Order: sequence, then structure tokens, then C-alpha cells
Amino acid sequence: MPRQPPTKEELEARKIVGINLETITNVHDTNYPGHYPGEDHSWDIEKFKQEFSVEIHKNDPYEASFSLIGLDASIANAFRRIMISDIPTLAIEQVFLNNNTSVIQDEVLCHRLGLIPFTAGKEGLRNFVEWQAKPRETGEPADCRDSDTFQLELKVRCEHNPDAGPHETDPTKLYKHAHVYARDIKFNPVGRQYEWFTGENAIRPVNPDILIAKLRPGQEIDLNMHMHKGVGSDHAKFSPVATATYRILPVIDIVEPILGRDAEKFQKCFPQGVIGLEKVTAEDGKRDSRYLGHEGELKAVVLDAMRDTVSRECLRHDEFKNKVKLGRKRDHFIYGVESTGQLESDDIFLQSVQHLKAKAKTFEKQLVNMVR
Amino acid sequence: MSGQGESYGQSGREYENSGGGGGSGAVMHYMCGDCAVRVPLEKGAPIRCQKCGARVLYKERTKRMVQFEAR
Repeated sequence: MPRQPPTKEELEARKIVGINLETITNVHDTNYPGHYPGEDHSWDIEKFKQEFSVEIHKNDPYEASFSLIGLDASIANAFRRIMISDIPTLAIEQVFLNNNTSVIQDEVLCHRLGLIPFTAGKEGLRNFVEWQAKPRETGEPADCRDSDTFQLELKVRCEHNPDAGPHETDPTKLYKHAHVYARDIKFNPVGRQYEWFTGENAIRPVNPDILIAKLRPGQEIDLNMHMHKGVGSDHAKFSPVATATYRILPVIDIVEPILGRDAEKFQKCFPQGVIGLEKVTAEDGKRDSRYLGHEGELKAVVLDAMRDTVSRECLRHDEFKNKVKLGRKRDHFIYGVESTGQLESDDIFLQSVQHLKAKAKTFEKQLVNMVR
Repeated sequence: MSGQGESYGQSGREYENSGGGGGSGAVMHYMCGDCAVRVPLEKGAPIRCQKCGARVLYKERTKRMVQFEAR
């Protein structure tokens, strides 16, 4: 008997990872040559172009969510990892402490300063900022240039507030500068930095209300800082994302009708908005005999499987046994990219694509050299 | 955190005290542990706060710049 090519349903079913009460099935991708006899699964750019699609769910400047569909997990994971550790940003790298008489220790203070996210004019960040030059062979750091070093200054001294009332207990009113915030950091441009980073393009903290330290009268913080360009693989402070994650699309398949009280219970097994309740109509009865005689009752329907957390709660109840199949669509990746504020979320993802492309080109070059 | 820091600035400049007591090198300033007043002490003088008599005095923070990596 000649082999039948797989049907569309069969192809779709291959993409679903089965989720049972305590096990998962069909975990591995079988989408490669030689797995199914007589089927050609060799990778082809034209085929990929046809099957690949992108859906954007949310594109806020600092929080984006989108789906990449028709992708292999290795590529999807590469994007995520590149976003976290390979997209460069500016962060405070050197701190020159002239005075710090606050209760927070020098090392801790400097560490805190490094973690504050900064932003600046996008044009300047993209076109002007360069990598810091490598240190000299003698071990001395290289000279600073206006394109790779950005000077910041923090100079705060706490004093008594003469205008405070006699019974005042709030330290922020009792003293001047009792709290040191990120907004107290001043950017001192030099050279060509005036052309790129002035006015609304100035280098500034993304969140001006970050509390850096608390002071009491007589205490003082006086320091200068240098910002440099770096990547997240060097230190997390350079990572442009707070989180860059993906999850695989959940699939909920109601095989047998779930009706009445059961339907309401079923709905409660899932997060809000995943399962809806609808009245069984006469048409349902005509279409599917299992609905006959249940007209007017409530039935459970899947509204939005994407919102499910796949808690498997519904599998714990006997009344839903063999009535529902849970799964995940293996090639549907739902990304969540939350920016720390220096770059915009969509820009971070696009840069990661660019970056992967550049890496692939470098690899190709080396591969060609290897076989030559 | 123990490895870094304490690498003093290139020139290691020492800032001159602006407030009182300057001049002769023998006078050092300390902080009183009780009343937090600045106590000038000469070499060989009894270790004691002139204002409140406390015997615990603290060294002042260095006037030199201290460089740290923000890590």
C-alpha cells in the first residue's frame, strides 16, 4: 500500500505537546528529515516564509507582547537570550567617591548606582555612542573619549530645615535632602555630547524617583560617575530588558460537552477569560447529537486559550475525565519583552534579530574558512 | 566586594582641610563618639574629647577620592 501523505489535521496534531495530569507527551519536534518515511521535512526558506507569521498583542514602549509562529525552539530561545545578554546599553561603570558619610557603605552605594537604568536621545544612543576602548597592554585603562564615556555627578548634603515646625517628625520635612533620589544625578556633557545629548535628549534616569540613599543632617554624598556601553553577559545592569520571556501557546480541546453546573466548575479551573459559558442552542443539537435534549443549558467554550497558565487544575476533577485535552502548540511562541527604559521593547527585539543575523554571518565565514 | 575599590585616584591628591586646625602637621582631627564634635588632637595629647570628655574618638574619612566599579 502506498504511503498516504499526512493530512492537515495530522500535521497540526504533530505540533501539539500533550499535557496530562502527571505526564507530558509528544515533547520532541519531529519536523526534520528522516523521521517520517517518505516525507520530506528538509528545511526550506520558501516554505518557512510561507508558514512563518508574527502577531503583535501589545506594543507599549516599555512592554511588548507578540507571537512568533512557525519557528523552531532553538531560534526562539536564541532571540530571548540575545535580548537579555547581547544588546548593548549604557550604564554607570566607574564611581569616583569624594565623600560619602551616609550610612550606606561605599561599595553598596556604588553597586546601587550601577543598577539605575538611564535613558537618553535615541539618535545619540544609536549613532554616537561607541564601545569603550580596550585597556592598554600595561593594564592601564584606555583614554576616555566623548563618544564612550559619559560623566555624571551626584552631590548632595543634608541639612536641618529651619522652616520645619517644632513638632515635625517627617524626616523629609525636618531636613533638606533627607532622601537622595535618582533625579539628583546630574549629567555633565563634554565635547560632541552637546550635539547629541542636550535638552530632552539629555542622559537621565528612566525612573527619577528611585531612592538611592537616606541622609541625616551633616551627612554628605559627593561623587562623580562614568557611564560606558556594555552588554548583559558582562553584568546584568547592562541588560536592556527587565524580563524577556516566551511561553508556548496553550491549547484547550473540549472533546466531550461540559454542561450545566459542571461547566461553571470547569470555568473556575482556569484563569479569568479563558473559558466562557454559552447557552446550548437548537443548532448545536442538530450539529452534534451529544447536545440533544440539553437546549438552554450552559456549555463551556474556549474563549482565549492564550490567557491560560496551564495549571492542569481541570485534570484533577473526575467529572472532566476524558472530556478535555490540554496541550501546547510547540511552534507558537508568545514573547513578553519588558524594557528597563533605555531602549524601546520593539527596538530591543529587532536588534536581537539583527544580532542573530550578524552572528550567523560570522559563523558562516568561519565555517567556510574551516573547510577550505 | 573585598577585592575592588581602594585604588586611589591617579594623582592621589590630598585635599587640605578647610575648616580650622590646619597648618601644623602634628594636629589630627577626630570625631567624638559621643557628641560627634570634631576634636583636634596633637601628638601625645590624651585621647579625650575636649567638649564632653568621652574617650572614644573616631578617625575621619579619608579626604582622598576612592574609586569603585559600580558592580
